[in-house]
Amino acid sequence: MSTQKQSLSSIGRKVLMALTGFFLMVFLLQHMSINMLSVINADVFNEVSHFMGTNALVQFVLQPVLIFSVFFHFVWGMVLEYQNNQARSIKYAKYSGHANATWMSRNMIISGLAVLAFLVVHFYDFWIPEINTKYIEGDMTGLHPGSNEFRYHEELVDKFANQPIRVILYVIAFFMLSLHLMHGFQSAFQSVGFNHSKYTPIIKKMGNIFAIAVPLGFVFVALYHFIYHPH
Amino acid sequence: MKLNLKVWRQQGPQEKGRMVDYQIDGISEHMSFLEMMDVLNQKLIGSGEEPIAFDHDCREGICGSCSMFINGEAHGPVKGTTTCQLHMRSFKDGDTIYIEPFRANAFPVIKDLVIDRSAFDRIQHSGGYISVNTSGNTQDANATPIAKEHADLAMDAATCIGCGACVATCKNSSAMLFVGAKISQYALLPQGQVEAKDRAQNMVAQMDAEGFGNCTNTGACEVECPKGISLTNIARMNREFLGGSLTK
Ligand code: SF4
Ligand code: FES
Repeated sequence: MSTQKQSLSSIGRKVLMALTGFFLMVFLLQHMSINMLSVINADVFNEVSHFMGTNALVQFVLQPVLIFSVFFHFVWGMVLEYQNNQARSIKYAKYSGHANATWMSRNMIISGLAVLAFLVVHFYDFWIPEINTKYIEGDMTGLHPGSNEFRYHEELVDKFANQPIRVILYVIAFFMLSLHLMHGFQSAFQSVGFNHSKYTPIIKKMGNIFAIAVPLGFVFVALYHFIYHPH
Repeated sequence: MKLNLKVWRQQGPQEKGRMVDYQIDGISEHMSFLEMMDVLNQKLIGSGEEPIAFDHDCREGICGSCSMFINGEAHGPVKGTTTCQLHMRSFKDGDTIYIEPFRANAFPVIKDLVIDRSAFDRIQHSGGYISVNTSGNTQDANATPIAKEHADLAMDAATCIGCGACVATCKNSSAMLFVGAKISQYALLPQGQVEAKDRAQNMVAQMDAEGFGNCTNTGACEVECPKGISLTNIARMNREFLGGSLTK
């Protein structure tokens, strides 16, 4: 069977959802860790941000993989939802979904779309200005114009300082991400064929810890800069 | 007991169906759900109406014929139970009970609560078998040692009765629990190895062709399955499928 055909089969699709999901979870963990540095030490945060923003491997290998994963995960997530909806055209008059599955597992499309909405804002806030500065204006220095201070830390703080609405939206988005991860983490293991009587319960616990700790880390950074900021 | 029933009535495969209300009295809590349906049908016949068509055969939980989506759950509210083994003591006097066919486009309604589950048969035909020489030279069964653990897991998978509750309950109408069980039953035994490379490929291809939805691991199937078929069978199917495609 050709690879093409495999990726179109229902199992091929779920495996690709899982693999892109794994990549995105690793990405989230590193992103949260770097954000956390902004609370601990502004200089270290600047150094690391500059490295991530200018390193060729990160920019030209990992970043394209990330963009592909984000794109694939969202597009396929929506396609699958549509197909699954089509598989039962006459709906039940009474359907007790809560009797046998968690809200999180049944509403990945809702939590997923909420995260997507957030990402649109996030791209607008950070990614597009960043790409513009670096690759359109050609300024790869990472410095404030006409100064020798790095701009990253201040840019981050500015996004949250005196911005209650943005902070509230941020918290809601990460709450939705948390719900998404509570199902997604363990589900990804099941999809790639890993289910073990001893290890699966541990994976589920780890998944819940990951799903709470990582979004909480992001929220903590946002709240920190909202409350403590220099101006 | 007195009950308000809301039952799906549909004249034929092409006809439009609808929920119809029935009141019924004098139901004993010791009756099975199907006996309650028998009483209702007697009443309908007595008043010159057409009885409600529903599937049943063994009435002892082993054939997989009985279906019905009862109050939003496949085979009703009791876990690990088929509709024929569900008793009226699980309901209260005055309850309203919704009774619908198992719904999935791959399981079209034939009439009222009777559905066509032949999609499952076609999946089985595509790979749910082993090839054995039956010319009289068959090997003694005990000549092929099988680890106890594997024998037990294969037996567990083989208890699937093909009822379709997994499909009916899945928000995606996915058949992966059924197919996972059927693949596992052979994948775990030496007798199943001859066709092992193609089995998962072919059965999954047929499953997709029948129009079942995509599994998103909600786990609802495992909870509603009357035989307690576990999600580990789906994971095994995923491995068999991937293994089969990588070694091609
Ligand atoms: S896996 Fe369970 S619910 Fe699905 S067909 Fe088999 S016995 Fe029925
Ligand atoms: S009638 Fe055979 S399982 Fe219910």
